[in-house]
Amino acid sequence: MVVWTDFERATIADIFSKLDYEAVGGATLARCLIVYPWTQRYFANFGNLYNAAAIMGNPMIAKHGTTILHGLDRAVKNMDNIKSTYAELSVLHSEKLHVDPDNFKLLSDCLTIVVASQLGKAFTGDVQAAFQKFLAVVVSSLGKQYH
Amino acid sequence: MSLSAKDKDTVKLFWAKVADKAEEVGSDALSRMLAVYPQTKTYFSHWKDLSPGSAPVNKHGKTIMLGVGQAVASIDDLNAGLLTLSELHAFTLRVDPANFKILSHCILVVMSIKFPNDFTPEVHVALDKFLAALARALSEKYR
Repeated sequence: MVVWTDFERATIADIFSKLDYEAVGGATLARCLIVYPWTQRYFANFGNLYNAAAIMGNPMIAKHGTTILHGLDRAVKNMDNIKSTYAELSVLHSEKLHVDPDNFKLLSDCLTIVVASQLGKAFTGDVQAAFQKFLAVVVSSLGKQYH
Repeated sequence: MSLSAKDKDTVKLFWAKVADKAEEVGSDALSRMLAVYPQTKTYFSHWKDLSPGSAPVNKHGKTIMLGVGQAVASIDDLNAGLLTLSELHAFTLRVDPANFKILSHCILVVMSIKFPNDFTPEVHVALDKFLAALARALSEKYR
């Protein structure tokens, strides 16, 4: 069972309450597809991903980025139960989407970097530690149902 | 995943913009690494003070960034440019190379905070590739 300190709970709630889901979600997914281009393999029907400018202007990517971020809401609202909250999503990513779970870490690194640029100095080392711990639990839970 | 000519130019251009803040970047990145990845503290048991912004952290952050600057200057032959540093890390410091990835991530986070407009996705990918190449060169002499 994951043990969360009061600071961690407050930090995660605070970050997500301030987040512009559309801006951050789209920017994060776009950044992931640009920085780790092999991740584009999962987005073959998303239209033009030809170069960085195309990816950043692609409305399907922007929309999907928002979907992903809203998916994180479930974890924020169920921090003591992330593993069971994500069981279904884990099966989906494994059985239907066939996503290599290593990709979850790549996306979460991009999210950390985008959130850092949004929060600026407020994204201190302690805040980053809490955020990365949260994302690590999410990543682990999403990989749990793979077999 | 070797550095293209475009990657090298991107890195050099970005480095020119950030070079005079290099010490701050180094100190912040190192502080973050110690906070976010506590296992890295095991390499600094000889320091009296591991807190963010402490004297040893600032000094060492500066040292690290001088090394990164050296790598930027040797971007066309990282193995040659970082030979002495590689020997240092391999035979004296014996830092597990997994930690290079950790520190690189922290450097990228700091760049994102300090230079939000310049640290575009294109700069991000070039810098990520560069830091990975730097880590490879640093691990050259390990075995």
